[in-house]
Amino acid sequence: MSPLDIAGFSVLLLLGGALCAMLLSRFERLLIPAAFSLATLTSLATAVAGFLAVLQGTNNAATVAMGLPGLPFNLRLDPLAGFFLVVIGLLSTFVSLYSIGYLRAYRGKRPITRLVVCYLLFLAGMSLVVLADDAYFFLLAWELMAASSYFLVMYEDEQAANRRAAFLYLLVAHVGAIAILLAFGIMAGLTTGVASFSNYTFDAMRAGQLSPAWAGGAFFLAFFGFAAKAGVIPLHVWLPEAHPVAPSNVSALMSGIMLKTSIYGMMRVAFDLIHGFPWWWGGIVLCFGLVSSVLGVLYALMQHDLKRLLAYHSVENIGIILIGLGLSMIFTSFDFQSLAALALVASLYHTLNHALFKGLLFMGAGAVIHATHEKNMEEMGGLIHLLPWTSALFLVGCISIAALPPFNGFVSEWLTFQALLLSPALPHPLLKLLVPLAASLLALTGALAAACFVKAFGVTFLGSWRGHRKKEQIGEVAFSMRLGMLLAALSCLALGVLPTLVMGWMDTVPLKLCGARIATSAGRFGWLWLTPSSQERASYSGPVVFFGLIAVVAATYLLLHVRRTAIRRAPLWDCGFERITPRMQYTATSFAMPIRRVFGFFFSIREQVEVTSPPNHPVMADSLHYRLRVRDRFWNWFYEPLSDIAFWIARRVGRLQQGRIQIYLLYSFVTLIVLLAFLG
Amino acid sequence: MTLHPMGIELLQLILLPLLAPAFAGWVKIVKCRMQGRTAPGILQPYRDIRRLFNKDVVLADNASWIFRVTPYLAFGVTLMTAGIIPLISVDLPLAATADIIALVMLFAIVRFFTALAGMDIGTAFGGMGSSREMMISSLAEPAMLMAIFTVSLASSSTSLPQMVSVMANGHFMIRPSLAFSLIAFILIALAETGRIPVDNPATHLELTMIHEAMILEYSGRYLALIEWAGMMKLMVFFSLGIAAFLPWGIAGSGEPLSLLLRGLYFVAKLAVGGVVMVLIETGLAKMRIFRLPEYLGSAFLLATLGMIAFFILE
Repeated sequence: MSPLDIAGFSVLLLLGGALCAMLLSRFERLLIPAAFSLATLTSLATAVAGFLAVLQGTNNAATVAMGLPGLPFNLRLDPLAGFFLVVIGLLSTFVSLYSIGYLRAYRGKRPITRLVVCYLLFLAGMSLVVLADDAYFFLLAWELMAASSYFLVMYEDEQAANRRAAFLYLLVAHVGAIAILLAFGIMAGLTTGVASFSNYTFDAMRAGQLSPAWAGGAFFLAFFGFAAKAGVIPLHVWLPEAHPVAPSNVSALMSGIMLKTSIYGMMRVAFDLIHGFPWWWGGIVLCFGLVSSVLGVLYALMQHDLKRLLAYHSVENIGIILIGLGLSMIFTSFDFQSLAALALVASLYHTLNHALFKGLLFMGAGAVIHATHEKNMEEMGGLIHLLPWTSALFLVGCISIAALPPFNGFVSEWLTFQALLLSPALPHPLLKLLVPLAASLLALTGALAAACFVKAFGVTFLGSWRGHRKKEQIGEVAFSMRLGMLLAALSCLALGVLPTLVMGWMDTVPLKLCGARIATSAGRFGWLWLTPSSQERASYSGPVVFFGLIAVVAATYLLLHVRRTAIRRAPLWDCGFERITPRMQYTATSFAMPIRRVFGFFFSIREQVEVTSPPNHPVMADSLHYRLRVRDRFWNWFYEPLSDIAFWIARRVGRLQQGRIQIYLLYSFVTLIVLLAFLG
Repeated sequence: MTLHPMGIELLQLILLPLLAPAFAGWVKIVKCRMQGRTAPGILQPYRDIRRLFNKDVVLADNASWIFRVTPYLAFGVTLMTAGIIPLISVDLPLAATADIIALVMLFAIVRFFTALAGMDIGTAFGGMGSSREMMISSLAEPAMLMAIFTVSLASSSTSLPQMVSVMANGHFMIRPSLAFSLIAFILIALAETGRIPVDNPATHLELTMIHEAMILEYSGRYLALIEWAGMMKLMVFFSLGIAAFLPWGIAGSGEPLSLLLRGLYFVAKLAVGGVVMVLIETGLAKMRIFRLPEYLGSAFLLATLGMIAFFILE
């Protein structure tokens, strides 16, 4: 069986499962374990298929005579598609396991079947996007993914806010889809003419040569379309609205892997379909990446809804992935193949890492919400004592995303730094200077992300409980949820400790796209040392850091742990202040206050303090209300004018609607005359 | 007879924690002299640490495992960085473990966990310290990396031993880029190690403390470990500065006599560096916290100037 067969069968199983789920809707008790076990197994099979495809480094193609006559579905599994299949399969395995326990809470409260069907279709759609090898099938799969995820976002549709979020998501997804359609139209139409449908295969586009102007048009349309789906600033506004309202297992999938399909699309279009571009295309991608990463993390810092915060971090991480991608395009355009390979590997590795740690964090957030029935971090606290497993696993996610060694987020950011520092090789003097500046912005992003996750973890899990619910009612989540998170956490650790093995495996991807591979390791015990360009240039050893940390900390504990002294538990001290209450703890808002003040110009902030005094003592304060609203500036700069213009045009056009039959008959008559005049 | 590289590595790992309190004591002596006070003697930090180790630990009721793990982690990770920075030899087996970017991130682990420990008890002071510390570090880290990038561009490597050998063995030239980044590095090192004008290690005044606020609830051996790790961090930062900007006399053979000489040279550089720091600390007052963005911003600007100077002049 070829890898493509395995992937194809698992997609078929998912589609069949969705069909059976509709029939089984009566038996909800059975439906959840059955459907999600199926999803777990097929996802695992998808990951295996992708793994084999990357390992073999060959292309598997197939044509399925389905769909419209003369327009068969073309499938292809090459290393790039295989890599993204691994990303999709790995995370959806963990999330499907997690869902078995997570959805139990919904049973009896709302219909499960719709969720199950859409979930299975969503997984199938994402795999098909990666497997598609012609524009028609690609867009079909793209729409399957968008539509099923729309219904998943809409799942709790009794609240107006959720419906609005889902609508916004659908709107942006479709504006993006139109742009992608146009990009494919340019590539297919201009390479060989529009005479036959066979030009819509990716093979025809690969073979064709576009003039630079048209190629640029096609690339930037595709980039715009994919960026809308990926949540690149300024097209990110749907993301923090849609991700928090979806069920948490769905947010994990959307944030972890659905956004990655757009990264796949960008790579496919830039490196495979168009191939050959000027350096400034990469420069623009790099700039978008930088803006997204810095602003994404700053907006994340201002949030106090746990899932919204994570959603903004997806914007940030997509930005980091784009930095690598843009840099790789710059290097490719100057024919530095091995440097381009390094930047591309950094970008791909961050794609894989982000899928895993963001999936883990969303699963953790789901577990917290499941246990506390709270979304707002300011109403939580002290959960480390109540949810020991979830808190430890969430901490792993926090460390990974904050890019701290020895976990995986660090490795990919380190690779991105290395790629950025190779800029002196570039012939362009401006680039030489600006690329290291980009490195400092990446450093800023990393440091702010660390601050943000100190806040997220500290406010949610540490301190004491702030909420209204009784502490005794909160308990650890179901086993399957913990298992899903544990596997994701272990993968984060494994990817951080053994990057050389993983990079050795994924070598075929840059080899196909950039024509070079990176020298991951050199010398004796090569797998121990990650040396992306050469040993003298830079090296990092995940295993030594990990085991060294354990050894040094253990030695410290054994040697410096004085057994004669005792530990006495006492009420907290706080400089002797006695009447401290949980409400006096630092909250998410107060934690972010210094950063809000330093970077205030990026937000539109409205701060109100209302003091009411008793009538006889005007100086004394009776009650104090503090209101703070922090908004994305992009709403006022970009979207509100846009929607105003749309409404204005709609009103103008609306004048046509008179509501009188005579007028409408007149319209028809005029139209007929015009048509006759032109076509007759 | 030459010492095996592994031996030098071990020597470094043992000597740095043992000498760090002495360095902290030296800084204190110079500072007292400078400010017209009587100095406590170079051994005072050792006595402080011993006293803390012999005391019982008073732990808040709701302290979690994070609070208890952090001191060991802080000490362990700082010790690990001591094995990576070349102090008296570039031939270190562990130096390839982490290059200079990874080294900065190792410091970030300590900060991450210390900030979490600050929030663990749920006091207002702890949260305040964590919040401020993370704000400062998020501004300091990009400037720090920018300063370091300039040096690594000059030696086209981010691995510390390589940077040291290239800079020390190449023919000497005055590099304006390095001058700019050295100033930036000093400004940031003051911020990262919590010295005046950014933070004051000697204060427990509510409004001004940053690092002290985070570790306010620690006592006994936990506090001893954190204090000791702080002293080590100060020394490690000085060593990092020496390795990056004044690398002469670090590389050499493994002969014991030569090692000893280089060790003395290193101690001399450290002692002078300590005096420079005290001069800065005595000459300046502690800044208001919201002036710090300007301070760190100018450090970043200097580092950027250094980089521009590298590309234009060199």
